[in-house]
Amino acid sequence: MKEVETEAGDYAAAFERLRENPSRFPAWIEDLRRRALEQFEAVGFPTVKEEDYRYTNIAPIANGEFQPTIDFDETRRRARRADISSLIYDEARGSRLVFVNNVFSPELSSTEAVAGDIVVEDLAEAIHGEHAAMIKNFLARGAETSGDDAFTSLNTAFMTSGAFVLLPKNTETKMPIHLLFLTDATMSKVATFPRVLVIAEPHSRATIIEEHKALNEDAAQSYFSSSVVEIYVDDEAHIVHYKVQREAENAFHVARTRAEVGRASTYNSTTINLGAGFTRHNINMNLRGAGSESWIDGLFFGQGTQFADTHSLINHREPHCTSHQSYKGVLNDKARSVFNGRIFVHQAAQKTDAYQSNKNLILSDQARVDTKPQLEIFADDVKCSHGATVGQINLEELFYLTSRGVKPELARNLLTYGFAEQVVQKIEVESIKRQLDEVILNRLHTTLDA
Amino acid sequence: MLEIRDLHAKIDNNEILRGISLTVKPGEVHAIMGPNGSGKSTLSKVLAGHPAYEVTQGEVTFEGEDLLEKDPDERAREGIFLAFQYPVEIPGVSNAQFLRLAYNEKMKHTGGEELDPLEFKDYLTECAKVVDMNASFMSRSVNEGFSGGEKKRNEILQMAVLQPKLAILDETDSGLDIDALRTVSDGVNKLRSKTNGIVLITHYQRILNYIVPDFVHVLYKGRIVRSGGKELAYELEEKGYDWVKELSAETATANA
Repeated sequence: MKEVETEAGDYAAAFERLRENPSRFPAWIEDLRRRALEQFEAVGFPTVKEEDYRYTNIAPIANGEFQPTIDFDETRRRARRADISSLIYDEARGSRLVFVNNVFSPELSSTEAVAGDIVVEDLAEAIHGEHAAMIKNFLARGAETSGDDAFTSLNTAFMTSGAFVLLPKNTETKMPIHLLFLTDATMSKVATFPRVLVIAEPHSRATIIEEHKALNEDAAQSYFSSSVVEIYVDDEAHIVHYKVQREAENAFHVARTRAEVGRASTYNSTTINLGAGFTRHNINMNLRGAGSESWIDGLFFGQGTQFADTHSLINHREPHCTSHQSYKGVLNDKARSVFNGRIFVHQAAQKTDAYQSNKNLILSDQARVDTKPQLEIFADDVKCSHGATVGQINLEELFYLTSRGVKPELARNLLTYGFAEQVVQKIEVESIKRQLDEVILNRLHTTLDA
Repeated sequence: MLEIRDLHAKIDNNEILRGISLTVKPGEVHAIMGPNGSGKSTLSKVLAGHPAYEVTQGEVTFEGEDLLEKDPDERAREGIFLAFQYPVEIPGVSNAQFLRLAYNEKMKHTGGEELDPLEFKDYLTECAKVVDMNASFMSRSVNEGFSGGEKKRNEILQMAVLQPKLAILDETDSGLDIDALRTVSDGVNKLRSKTNGIVLITHYQRILNYIVPDFVHVLYKGRIVRSGGKELAYELEEKGYDWVKELSAETATANA
């Protein structure tokens, strides 16, 4: 694949030019990045010939001539002028980090409500502080060992900032922590690489909102955002993780979420994919301690020619763990979705309780769903189930609503909203829920307030 | 207000209704009784406009207009209400959202005043008293996780909100314990008036102790085989549905 080689060359050149910026990272990170770039160059972007990308053609990304941000000062200047007031959640007013094109923006961020020993900081800053050894221990640990593909390597290679969240032992934050990754693509076709490292020590508790959005969306050129999120949930810690993806319509969004979940802890994640023309999300969960519990929920609401692909792997490595996964898709127009969910129950993981479902609501005869839930079980005393459905509006439900005087079109919209809302309503941050409801109802050209 | 003449209807090529005629006037309560499979539920669904049923013969007028040519939502806006035997769960849509939409759709149609969420909340709270329903039900998804009795109460709440001219209650008593039956019946009685009609479909005489009908009709194999006053219900209770089969045979012989 000649194009792919050329593209790798482009990133190599950008990598060199990036070195003109004075590095804020210590030598070991520079090493890590260098190795990641080499890894990327060696492997190259995946192609549709690979099983994991059978339905997902990433050639437009490989050939897209996206440019990583080189000029940090200009990016910072532009960020400073940005109005993000509509993107701030009331609940996280004083607990947010904002990044624009890989560059941390202190002006747009506020951590005044983050209390005590809890750390919510730019990674490039934290790496020089008292937690340097810890960061070194955790950063890219999963990525290094998982043999992940080119996108993870590329993210590590271009890591210039990131969100670092540390919840020390026995700490709890009532305020959700909002990590807002903005892409400003008004100047050129930007490639951006959001990075998150969350370490939740034993008995800690927090809600993390990870959000991806375009700045100056209407003027945005196509851009490519490829994130890596690493979450370590230690024993008896409780993490709620919302991922809200509202990228620009013409954006490419690739994401890696990796969570390591310890003994008697909970990790609950809800992913909402509303934006981007192309989305690929890999979820890799490892239940590493006995008695942990996880919910992994998601919603894709696709219209136009939007495409979203979720590949998830849930590894039950220890006994008595529970995982519930419920992914829903609503597909209108020519939208397409791919769901590939694997639950892997290791031999030691007796008394596993794993449930996985992928339900899709198709609103148009041109929409398409490819879904493949899979169970691989190597323990003999487990309770596992999975299922997938692809269907249309239920006619009995439709009749029920119309029999109350609701016009059929509105009734359909109401049912579609209800289908999506089953995921959205799990979000416990009220202002996020409200915003998402609004976006969904807008897509259905429906208003509904009660 | 409702005039049914020689109504025949089928589903999946099975003829279920085989010539029903019935007249309901304002203020009247008609009970329709019959054994399982006699066509009671089919009649209610045909009147509400369920798309799976096909009317093959006969006519139905409601306030002088042809009912059968209207869509279900149109029928509802004009004042027909069906309390479902098996109310449908609508996850993700709250009772309050749904009911306000339905209420405002009706107001739009009848030229009444639409209510904003706050005004509607007050109205809904008033209506909920009719069936002794707790405010927490309003923010819950429609029927989701409701017990059988709660679902039936929710149907009558909807009736209270929409104030239909003609309510068809399809086995509203089924699956209810005595307390719930009383609550639901009390609710229906509060909504009874000189101007609206009620068609009460039931398998058992029990509910008729609470909602006393003006007329009782016995349905069997898609036909009304006997009509009478409320005493007919007692007779039926006493003699059982085997008696109906005899009645049916008599009718068939008489017609032959």
